[in-house]
Amino acid sequence: MSTEPKASALSLEVVEGIAVLTFDLPGESINKFSPAVIEEFTRHIERIEKDAAITGAVLISAKPGIFIAGADIDQFLEFRTAADATAASAFGHAMMTRIETGRVPVVAAIDGACLGGGLEFSLACAYRVAADTPKTVLQLPETQLGLIPGAGGTQRLPRLIGLQAALDMILTAKNVRAKKALQIRLVDELVHPSILREIAIQRAKELASGTLARKRERPHGAKELLLDDNPIGRAVVFRQAREMTLKKSKGHYPALLAALDAVAAAYHGSEAEGFAEEARLFGEMAMTPVSKELIFLFYATTSLKKDVGIPGNPVVQKPVDRIAVLGTGFMGAGIAAISVMKEVPVRFKDTEADRVAKGVGAVQDVLKDRFTKRRITRQQFEDQLGLVSGTTTYTGFGRVPLVIEAVFEDLAVKQAVLKETEAKLSPTAIFATNTSTIPIARIAAASARPERVIGMHFFSPVHKMPLLEVIVTPKTAPEVTAAVVEFGRRIGKTVIIVNDAPGFFVNRILAPYVNEAGKLLDEGVAVDAIDKAMSAFGFPVGPINLIDEVGLDIAGKSGAIMADAFGGRMQPSDALVKVLGAGRLGRKGKKGFYQYDEDGKREGVDETVYALYAGGAKRREVPKEEIQRRLSLAMVNEAARCLEEGIVRTARDGDIGAVFGIGFPPFRGGPFRHVDALGAAEVVRQLDALDAVHAGRFTPAAILREMARAGRTFYPREGKPV
Amino acid sequence: MPIHEPGRRVAIIAGVRTPFAKAGTTLKALSAIELGKIAVSELVHRTDLDPASLDLLTFGTVIPSVLAPNIAREVALMPLLPKRVDAWSVSRACASANQAITDAADQIALGHAQVAIAGGAESLSNVPILHSRGFSDALVAASKAKTLAQRVQAFGRIRAKDFVPITPAIAEPTTGETMGQSAEKMAKLNGISREEQDALALASHRNAHAGTVDGRLTAEIAPVMLPPKYESAMTADNGIRSDTTLEQLAALKPVFDRRYGTVTAGNASPLTDGAAAVLLMREDVARAQGYVPKAYIRSYAYAAVDPGEQLLQAPVLAAPMALKRAGLSLKEIDLVEMHEAFAAQVLSNLRGFESKEWAARAGFSTATGAVDRDRLNVMGGSIATGHPFGATGARVTTTLVNELARRGGQFGLMTVCAAGGLGFAMVVERA
Repeated sequence: MSTEPKASALSLEVVEGIAVLTFDLPGESINKFSPAVIEEFTRHIERIEKDAAITGAVLISAKPGIFIAGADIDQFLEFRTAADATAASAFGHAMMTRIETGRVPVVAAIDGACLGGGLEFSLACAYRVAADTPKTVLQLPETQLGLIPGAGGTQRLPRLIGLQAALDMILTAKNVRAKKALQIRLVDELVHPSILREIAIQRAKELASGTLARKRERPHGAKELLLDDNPIGRAVVFRQAREMTLKKSKGHYPALLAALDAVAAAYHGSEAEGFAEEARLFGEMAMTPVSKELIFLFYATTSLKKDVGIPGNPVVQKPVDRIAVLGTGFMGAGIAAISVMKEVPVRFKDTEADRVAKGVGAVQDVLKDRFTKRRITRQQFEDQLGLVSGTTTYTGFGRVPLVIEAVFEDLAVKQAVLKETEAKLSPTAIFATNTSTIPIARIAAASARPERVIGMHFFSPVHKMPLLEVIVTPKTAPEVTAAVVEFGRRIGKTVIIVNDAPGFFVNRILAPYVNEAGKLLDEGVAVDAIDKAMSAFGFPVGPINLIDEVGLDIAGKSGAIMADAFGGRMQPSDALVKVLGAGRLGRKGKKGFYQYDEDGKREGVDETVYALYAGGAKRREVPKEEIQRRLSLAMVNEAARCLEEGIVRTARDGDIGAVFGIGFPPFRGGPFRHVDALGAAEVVRQLDALDAVHAGRFTPAAILREMARAGRTFYPREGKPV
Repeated sequence: MPIHEPGRRVAIIAGVRTPFAKAGTTLKALSAIELGKIAVSELVHRTDLDPASLDLLTFGTVIPSVLAPNIAREVALMPLLPKRVDAWSVSRACASANQAITDAADQIALGHAQVAIAGGAESLSNVPILHSRGFSDALVAASKAKTLAQRVQAFGRIRAKDFVPITPAIAEPTTGETMGQSAEKMAKLNGISREEQDALALASHRNAHAGTVDGRLTAEIAPVMLPPKYESAMTADNGIRSDTTLEQLAALKPVFDRRYGTVTAGNASPLTDGAAAVLLMREDVARAQGYVPKAYIRSYAYAAVDPGEQLLQAPVLAAPMALKRAGLSLKEIDLVEMHEAFAAQVLSNLRGFESKEWAARAGFSTATGAVDRDRLNVMGGSIATGHPFGATGARVTTTLVNELARRGGQFGLMTVCAAGGLGFAMVVERA
């Protein structure tokens, strides 16, 4: 339990017999539930219950844009055993039940984010009024942390909104916005934010007087009667949910199944038994390695958001307020799209007006998708598209603070474009180059102001891939880095700062991993055996499938650059060279390691590729574990080298880069977390064993040997991971 | 914003327009508001304007959208500009953009504003089609009906002729005369031959074509990326005929007077879609922000004649007034830009310039003078480039100041005729 001096989080005012509790956690930008807050809350409720003059209560937040963001995650780090976590859950249950069943009806006045424990609290209230604003978002994010809702959410939510809607919210952790919340009866009414408090007080009075019933029947439609309201229908819903969950999570995320079990408990036995089951499963999940890693990622991304990459993390003085994008191809259009989505005007430049038009078309495609999915209104769609303007002549570059170059991946072309552009820019403008392979310093060599040159490595498709690698050269000025990092975050990217070297970080660690897959092919292993093994390890797609997606030509080009830079251990496999040599380009050419139909949809392995290899179609069986070990350790070892060489600044950045850039299994936390989980000594032992067979490719990074010797870990063993 | 600062000279910093497209062609998918936004956005970008410095935006349009009648405000609400930018729309037929420009210039001269964008837009591909009075009455009655029977009854009054929609005609509400008829009448009154008209039309196309080929004209044009598919961009006007000849023009049949007429589709300006805008600044503010103005507004004048007389002849009255206000005579003018609604109108205006009678009507004892044809519409005019009513005034202004700067001239005169018997003239001075 916290021993900090207690500035109070809640203030109480009584308005015409209604106790209005205002939640305003001192020193924080958000409200969250900690044991201390729950205690304070309980004391207030006790006082209110005893005061006969008080007939109702309202909870409202004083934080702009936030109602309650959920539980304070810090407390989860203190759980030593499942019993600790179960006890914490039971502690929360006690408060929620008190709210639900106490003498005084409580109204939740929700304006802004209402997440996790915050939503579970509002579920226990007798009435929920929400402000009709875009900031009002209700969500149960617990499964994203490898947990389940532990403050009654799995029990009360299905009762309030029905089984199917509840499972949807709990299993997918989806955001429910104001209008939708009203539609599914997650909130009772929507009001303008300026009258939220007033209406909440009025409803509390009505609940107190009985003109509004505390227990109200949920309106039932035919679908509910058929599925939610009878055991057979529910069994169908649960079975489908379980199948879908297993298919999507490939069994890597136990909390999803635990959440299903907890919700099922709401339909068996007593209420108390249901809560007890939720608490038990919460405790069990809190102890899983999966949850530990997902919570690590939460801390890692949170700490990353405060890091602008230069000492002291100063506030960026003049944030980038418009950009120019050179090259209106797929990457350029993606960058333009995510920029206008955040209301940053984009000056789009290409050599021909028709190319610019096509680029605008590609931006429109991204925006239209959001409009069709009702993420934005028609007006927003038109406004955002209107923020893209096009030129073929560098007009409108004079005041642009940041230019992002996304032209053809060729050093000479990029240098020429840099020179040409620089002449049109103000001296303080930043020139960022989007390249996946060319070292930034080589491009910057053409610059008259190399301190204003930086790399921004976006991943394709830009609007979907969360990671951005910002690549700094020794000459890049610190304020340039800070401005670019700040801009990258503003356009919704998870930004890591990496030093300039071939492949930067993400492609660097990807190279030996993909290469190792090629070596397995050389050794006669089947394409699908490799992909299935890595998919089972937790990667979103297998490495061979990935090559097909990226394109064999690009993979080949990148492989050559990596081999050139790092020699033996990055020597491309014969497998890739031969397949590329046979003119197969992967999905874009509808012919690669896999077969594709007319629309480019992937079908099975194209067995004819085996004819290119010695051994032919007869493939050799290799245990899944060996494939996984070789590929994952190739990546982990390279990541360690990157840390050793200062390519990434911290293990945290490396783990974030691998998870968000490659899809390294999030439940493993990232390559460095993976080393910590296995133990550096074990990793070194396995690497040495592999190196003995595949000489040169698995020599452990010095940093791993050192850590193994000293028995150290990349992250602290206790407390906050970062 | 300061109130009533001492007046300052108004600098024209730059102008930009969309390509002009014949109505129903390349730009037909874009509304006047969308075209206006494209021109203004490009103007802001090309001038590297800090949008925060913009005080107001005035815009002209002749056939406004019924749903969004204040086009200036709709354009100003584009996300590139701050929401606090004041905006109003003006209507002065074909001189609407000129009215927008002089409104903005007046605000600057009064000290009410420092930086303004003025222009206009028209989409003749998107004119509102109205219901007949009978049909409108039925709709209103039906909307007020309380019972189904009343509703049915309301529609029961409609007659077959009520289903015929009404499209806005380019005709004078008072005289019922169409523009073309007026031009035809002016040709006859002023003795303008068919040959003269066709020669002027040919010069318009030739000059506009030359400006397109050497890039002087296209430099004023913002590329428009074409929705809905955005597979290509429009970068030049589509009405300019590089290959037209006097013979071809002579072969066209008169449209408004089939027996004795001289006005043809070839020597008149076509129905056009497009937008144009100029950036205006107070002189000292422009200098402080590092801008080199193209020109300053020296003077302007509006005038009017009886629309039943010679509908498009009022520039003849406005020009000497503007010159007098500028303290200049026509001889001192290096370039003249005259809006070409019809070749017959341009030639009538020119005759009027040379006429003592017309000078007297404007209160002058001597004729304004003869315009040196080598200095007239040197990059073509509305006959070739097209004439989106609301935008033309800003197009003419842009071309005049650019060409004046290019040729090193000192003074430029522009005139624009407008429906209702209205006319406009402005004198600009190179910075």
